[in-house]
This record gives sequence, structure tokens and C-alpha cells, in this order.
Amino acid sequence: MRHLLSISDLSAHDAIVILDTAAELERVSDGQVKKLPTLRGRTIVNLFAEDSTRTRISFEAAAKRLSADVINFSAKGSSISKGESLKDTAMTLQAMGADAVVIRHSASGAPQRLADSQWMTGSVINAGDGTHEHPSQALLDAFTIRKHLGKGGSNLAGIKVAIVGDVLHSRVARSNVLLLTLLGAHVTLVAPPTLLPVGVESWPVNISYNFDDVVAGVDVVMMLRVQQERMSDLFFPNAREYSRYFGLNLQRLAKMQPHAIIMHPGPMNRGLEIAAEVADSARSVIVEQVANGVSVRMAILYVLLAGAPLESESKL
Amino acid sequence: MTSSKFLLKGGALPDGTLHDIVIEGELITTVHAGISDPQATVIDATGCVILPGLVDLHTHLRQPGREDAETVESASRAGAKGGFTALSAMANTSPVADNAGVVEQVYRLGQEAGLLDVFPIGAVTQGLKGEALSEIGAMADSVARVRVFSDDGMCVFDPLVMRRALEYIKKFNGVIAQHAQEPRLTVGAQMNEGEISARLGLRGWPAIAEEAIIARDVLLTDHVQSRLHVCHVTTAGGVEIIRWAKARGINVTAEVTPHHLLLTDDLSCSYDPVFKVNPPLRTEKDIHALREALADGTIDIVATDHAPHTMESKECEWQEASFGMLGLETALSIVQKTMVDTGLMKWQDVADRMSKAPATIGGYDQQGQGIAPGNFANLTVVNPSKTWTVDRDLVQSRSRNTPFHGYQLPGVLTHTFYRGKATLLNGVVA
Repeated sequence: MRHLLSISDLSAHDAIVILDTAAELERVSDGQVKKLPTLRGRTIVNLFAEDSTRTRISFEAAAKRLSADVINFSAKGSSISKGESLKDTAMTLQAMGADAVVIRHSASGAPQRLADSQWMTGSVINAGDGTHEHPSQALLDAFTIRKHLGKGGSNLAGIKVAIVGDVLHSRVARSNVLLLTLLGAHVTLVAPPTLLPVGVESWPVNISYNFDDVVAGVDVVMMLRVQQERMSDLFFPNAREYSRYFGLNLQRLAKMQPHAIIMHPGPMNRGLEIAAEVADSARSVIVEQVANGVSVRMAILYVLLAGAPLESESKL
Repeated sequence: MTSSKFLLKGGALPDGTLHDIVIEGELITTVHAGISDPQATVIDATGCVILPGLVDLHTHLRQPGREDAETVESASRAGAKGGFTALSAMANTSPVADNAGVVEQVYRLGQEAGLLDVFPIGAVTQGLKGEALSEIGAMADSVARVRVFSDDGMCVFDPLVMRRALEYIKKFNGVIAQHAQEPRLTVGAQMNEGEISARLGLRGWPAIAEEAIIARDVLLTDHVQSRLHVCHVTTAGGVEIIRWAKARGINVTAEVTPHHLLLTDDLSCSYDPVFKVNPPLRTEKDIHALREALADGTIDIVATDHAPHTMESKECEWQEASFGMLGLETALSIVQKTMVDTGLMKWQDVADRMSKAPATIGGYDQQGQGIAPGNFANLTVVNPSKTWTVDRDLVQSRSRNTPFHGYQLPGVLTHTFYRGKATLLNGVVA
């Protein structure tokens, strides 16, 4: 495997290899010396054509812990904000000898355009593209779920996950639906009908418009961020009503099973999709997700740039 | 350009009968079996079908304004290569063809190129803004003699503006060619709304946004007793509404593009914007309905919606890319592949859908005539048993955004005659 563009690039075996590798690498992160020499002399470019602090920092930390040289190429003040085309940016990175490009872009499919083009030869890692996918987020979410709820097996067989909120615009939801179901979990999407895409019927998930029907029966509640711009676009009457029906508040927290965990990809809108008390509660693993993100992204870089071939490659 | 006396030997007319054809000056002079004429340039048409010159009712020639993508001259060459003897120049140029000056300019450029007729289409509203009527009367009375009006690319969305336009054009038996797209339902739309758009995270263009406008417009057309042409129908639902309207006697005609007869929305999975087009590629079910409707006459014509775009407007992210694809040079082959080779239509039907019917809708009296002595020698010679491979680097168009690059297609065009002149001779544009 050369690129990570979509979870659909992975077999279940591939995903488990990445998660297992992340578990190994996590031990390194817990040690005194956090660095491995694996990617010494390799250049990784963080191409962030859309604002993102946490994902960029997470990939940067991951690359540095593997001793790679990291170049950050962000939207503001760069040539991207001055209208440079994706093609010219890619050819510039190629000329600089980038071994891998971690790309965040507001346009769905931009990473695939980079990967399919002849503009550059390095690996392309999708760090979130428009409303399409965010595969590294899904992998870190699966890693977090496995750590807390894994029943000895390496996959997520039988674990019940509710993904709640703006599925329509969420790349996190798309990648998680693909990955969690690939690993054997049962996923229920909970959202107002306006925030589910037409065509969702073909996804391997259950759909519910009623959070209260779902919250008591799941092992994981994954909340999605509600973007400010959705407020004015007729998806729901107002923020209060959204919060009342689809927010995770203390009442709903009380209905959750004792072992169930709460996740959020961040950044959170406290008081909108999640109450502050819930976000800070003992059931919340939101901060841990961030820490796991570094290990999982190390694993992705490791597998793509230094690792053994994955199953999907032998199939090619 | 060669203009003299030609003898087409051994070809089949659209009805399948074998005849030789003599072209002299601008006209067909003889249609008969077994002709010999030592003065004529003999063209062996054995195994070929001779069609009346193809007429496109929907072409983007990009001139004036985007001569980097296409010119009237380069589009005329692409047309000749594709067997066309008439194109209809859509109004969304820069400046917009919303006044007599621009339509006369385009008309004159077409005459200068001299490879086929270029019939300008006038904008319905000033600047395609959908608010105030453009100078429809002045365009109709101009040298260009405009009869077809369209805001193509934009929908005439305001029902009152549409009503007034439909009424106004009755004065000279004009027609409004509507780009049926409800704008509020398609804000930022990128591709067909359905399973694929859900997966790709591209904003959907729902079929209903087309169907709602078609339904409204056929009712308006009925109410004011005018004439409506629906551009590029793409949905099974749109077909049903048009079938209903025709059964009610409403004066509506409709077109389908070659690409909507063949390509489906799953091509977007590559995120390659060469497949980005408006209206978007739909599903297998829609394709099936469109083919059936073209065969039974519910959809009257094939029109290309030939939309050249420069490399930079396609070599980018999907959502940044322009809508549209080339069509002139592949149209007949796609129609053969989807309609003739599948047994849905005969060549006689092709002659109707791609020549006679579009000429009738556009009011192009000297186009779409039968292959008979005394008629203008607008003819297309195609060898249906040969195949060719589409190569975007070899197109006549100035742009190369064909979605069919690398396709092997049936039907090799060998000759096109425009008013007796060979604009395509042995596969080479004059």
C-alpha cells in the first residue's frame, strides 16, 4: 500500500496491522526516549490547505517521533491561499523530494487527485478531505475503542457504536462507518433526517432519528461536531432544539450502560452537541483520543513508508 | 475546401436502400442506383450509411470571451469531424448573447469559418440573470434570425419570467430551451444525489430539481399555448413528465446528450473532473429510461451540449472544476453504440433524432432535409462496421476534455458535405 486515501483502501487485516503497530509504538511513546530512528532522512510534508491545528500537530508529532524531517505547508500565508493550483503545489513538493504528503483539504477527493496524478510520486495520506473521509481519525477511534472495550480479540466484533450528529457533512462519520463495520462493530447513525445523506440507506448501518432510543443500548457514543454554518442553512430550527434532541447531556449520560464510553473527534462545541459536564466526565475518552492519535499516525507512517507489505498490496 | 461534383457510390440511405448520390454545386442532383459520371469525384461509400447532415441544437462555442477553450472556427472543425452541418451556439458567452450585436457577431464568425451553419441562440434574460428579458425581438429580427432562446447553464427559475418569455416568443414562433435546474435545490451541487454522492462526500444534484422545473414549465407552456424545448433531460422522472405532457398535447420537445445515454455517476469515484457535467451523470435506471424515450420519440433529439474547457479548469479538485464535456466528435458513435447497435433504433431514426427533428425545432429550414434531388447537399457518410479509438490529443476542438478518451467506439465518419462542399474528406477536415 502506497497511499491512505480512504478506509475502503484497507482490508480488515490491514486495519488490524495498523492498530497492532500503533499499540507497539505506543510503548515507545510511554518510554523515556520517545524517538525511533525508523524514518530518519525521509521527508514528510504536512500540506494543510484547510485550517486544522490538532490533526496537523498530531501528524507532526508522529513524524518527528519516527525521526522524519517535517515540513509544514499551511493555508494561511502560503501559495495555496494565493490561488496556486493543487497541481503546482504537488509539483513543488515533488521537486523538494517529499516522501509522503499528509494532506488536509476542503475539497472532497483532493488527496485522490494527488495520488492518481503524475504530479508527484510520494505517498499521499488523507488527513481529512471535505465531507469525504478522515481515515486516520477513524483508525485512532477504533484504536481507542479496542483499548477500552476490546474483548480479547483483535477486532471490534459485536461492539455497538452510536455516531450522533451531522453525518451529512462529516468525514469522520464516513470513515468510521467503513472502518468500524469492517472490524465487526454494529453502527447506528443518530441524526435528524436533514443531516443524513440521501443514499445512506445503502450503508451497512442502522439509522435512528431518536437519540433516546439508542443511548442506553450502545457501548460507544461518538458525538460529531456541529459546524456553525449549519445553523443558518435550514438543517434544524435552532441550536437549542438541536441540543435538546441530539445533544449528549447529563440525562442521556445517566441512561448509558456503566461501561460505555463517550468520544468526540474535536473540536467540541460545549453546550451544543455535548454538555460540558459530560465532556469532562469520567466516561469521556476525548482527551485520550488525542494521545492515541499520535500513536496511530506513527503506525500509518510506519506501515506506508517503512513497513511490511499489507494484504491489500498482495491483492493488487 | 473541395467544391465540385461528387458521386457517392454504393452507400445505404437511412431507410436501408442502396443508392448512388450525385452532388453538384450546393445541391443533390440525382439519387439513383447504378449511376456513373466520369466528371464527378467518385467516393466509394460501400458499406456506409449516408445520413442527412447532423444538426446540433446545443453547442458551446465559447466565442466571444473564451477563445482559449474554443472558437467558432475550432468548433466548426469539430462539428465537421463529427458529421455536423449545423450547430446552435449557446448564449452563455462573454459578453452574453443577449442582444443583436453578439448574435450577429457569432453568426458572422460561423459564415467566415464556412464549414457548417452556426445558428446563434439568444439569451432569455439579460446577462442570464433570470430577471429582465433580453432583447428577444431584436435578436429575432437580426441577420442571425434567432428563433431559439435559452439561458443554458442557468435555469429561468422565476415562473413569471418564464411565463412572459414563453408568451413573448409566440410573436415569431420561437421556442424557449430551458435548462431545467431548480436553483435552491442545487446550491453548490457537484454530482447526482444518491448512493455515490453520499459515499464520496460530494454535494448532491437531486433528480427532483430537474423534474420540478420540467413539470412547472410544461404546465406554463400549456397555459399560454407556447412552445417549450427541454434541454438535456437526464432523469427517468423527467421523461415521465414529458411523456405525460405530450399525451396531453402540450407543445414540448426534449433532448438528451450522448453522454447521458452512456455514462453513469459512479465514474465520479475517480474524482476526475472530466466526468463533471451539468446536469450530472445519473444512474443505470435513468440511462435505460432515456434510451427508451429517445427510441419511442418522447425525447425528440440528441444534442451534444459540447462544452469545451481549458486544461486548468479540469486539472484540479472536483469541486473547483468547471462543468461540461466535449461532445461533437463522438456524438454519432455514442448514438450508434447505445441506440443502433443495441437494436433500439434504426438509422432512419438516427436521421430523424440528429438531423430532421432538431432542424424542425430550431426552425432551420435548409437543414435536416431528406436525401432527395433538389435538396441542399448536407450529408454525412459513416461506416458503421468500423471502429475507432478516441484520443483526446487528436481532437479538432481546442480543448481536450472528452470523457471518452481511450474508448473504442463504433462508426467511423469518412465524409461530411455542407452545401455540396466536402468539409470532411476521407476522415480529414477540410
